[in-house]
Amino acid sequence: METPALLVEGLTKTYRPGDTPAVDGLTFTMPMGETWGLLGGNGAGKSTTIAMLLGLLVPSGGRVVALGHDMATDRFAALAGMNFSSPYIALPHRLTVDENLRVYAHLYGVPDSKRRIAELVEEFALGDFAKRPAGQLSAGQKTRVALAKALINRPALLLLDEPTASLDPDTGDWVRSALERYRAESGAAILLASHNMAEVERLCSHVLMLKGGKAVDAGSPDDLLRRYGRDDLEEVFLDIARGRAREEA
Amino acid sequence: MTGMVIPTRPQGSSARRIWGLMFRHLALYRRSWPRLLELMYWPVLQMVVWGFITAYLAGVQGNTASVAAGVLLGGVLLWEVTLRSQMGFAISFLEEVWSRNLGHLFVSPLRPWELVAGLAAMSVLRTVAAVLPAMVLAFFLYGFGVWTLGPVLVAYVFALMAMGWAVALAVTALILRHGAGAEALAWGVMFGIAPFAAVFYPVAILPTWLQPVALAIPAAHVFEGMRAALMGGTIAWGHLGWALLLDVVWMAVAAWIFLAQFYAARVRGALLNIGE
Repeated sequence: METPALLVEGLTKTYRPGDTPAVDGLTFTMPMGETWGLLGGNGAGKSTTIAMLLGLLVPSGGRVVALGHDMATDRFAALAGMNFSSPYIALPHRLTVDENLRVYAHLYGVPDSKRRIAELVEEFALGDFAKRPAGQLSAGQKTRVALAKALINRPALLLLDEPTASLDPDTGDWVRSALERYRAESGAAILLASHNMAEVERLCSHVLMLKGGKAVDAGSPDDLLRRYGRDDLEEVFLDIARGRAREEA
Repeated sequence: MTGMVIPTRPQGSSARRIWGLMFRHLALYRRSWPRLLELMYWPVLQMVVWGFITAYLAGVQGNTASVAAGVLLGGVLLWEVTLRSQMGFAISFLEEVWSRNLGHLFVSPLRPWELVAGLAAMSVLRTVAAVLPAMVLAFFLYGFGVWTLGPVLVAYVFALMAMGWAVALAVTALILRHGAGAEALAWGVMFGIAPFAAVFYPVAILPTWLQPVALAIPAAHVFEGMRAALMGGTIAWGHLGWALLLDVVWMAVAAWIFLAQFYAARVRGALLNIGE
């Protein structure tokens, strides 16, 4: 049986004793080669979940096995095969795009890094601003650079927090195409948290709906649409966010 | 799907990851001469001011080549080694906080000890760039060569740098605990230690009750050793041994504090938003 990209069992995070859990007993198994979406309103627990999956945040309970490695005991072995991108975590803004990619090629031990960086510069059309400091780029350019950094080690598991937030429709579409291409060519697994329902419908084969830190529903976008009797995921999202049950919806 | 190969162990060596972190900081200096100038500025300024004070005092004493002059200038230069070592480490870490890059660093395979090694290596380079011009200036302006201490100078410098790293590691832990609000410590903490480190006067000058405090500071033993070498031409092996032993203790305590705070930051989720 193929090693799953992610095995998550009873994942829980409570920041202070007595507080409502930010994530409460999340359990799922994500196979390789698929793109999954984490959906939920603000405070639903998406970013907290991703932080725990990456080992940035220690869970209060449960466990995460990423690429066959337990994140509690063997985190660095897993991290070598993972990567991450978020518009909310910057790259060093005084370094040029090229320097940033070189730094992360070293950190991830990328073999033949010069060639890999050249591939990424071409694929993400970074050539025109590769020698410019990252801090001087537009939002769209920054997103492309962040995505190039996230793919520098050809990750088997890619985690993305709102990958197209604050992008214009054209750039957003361009980023979604790049992600689809990467998954199809590499067989990697991609887990993305997003508020963009059209994006999730286009990219994801499976969706986890979070509310109040709990997984309240899950399935393929088509399954969810059918179950809630809706035409698009945004309506399903609103049904769940506003507490309307499937039958009522 | 094209059969993904899942890594079973981290790719690349520790040395490469440490170099990656160093490259990130060196790239900043490669393009910015003001940054390089800023490194040298304060040590050179200190040396010039203290050099003239020393020259004035020596003139008053009617002995321009007094041993006391060497002791003061040696104190200035060697204390700068400690200070720049600590600041070089802590400010390199702060660069990551300011650029909000910690999240990316800590989801890479970079281990905490590799981060510490990379910051320590940067601290060595920054200290050399900062203190070497002041040492050369002291020789040409005031005729004082710190190398007259002999080969033991290497051990003294190492002991002082190690103390700087230990203090910086503790400061880094406080930044992890309290965020960028603790960054003032990166600049100020060593100035609070200096009066007790016997930089310019022997430990015996301090009040009796304060002397055990001074003797628990590695630098105090280095400066006692420096004075023994300059005034008596002897190597105070005992003081050197104590300095190195205390460095080990200070490093162990600082590493424990750092690892505890690093784990606490992971529990609180501070690695994601530190610097905000």
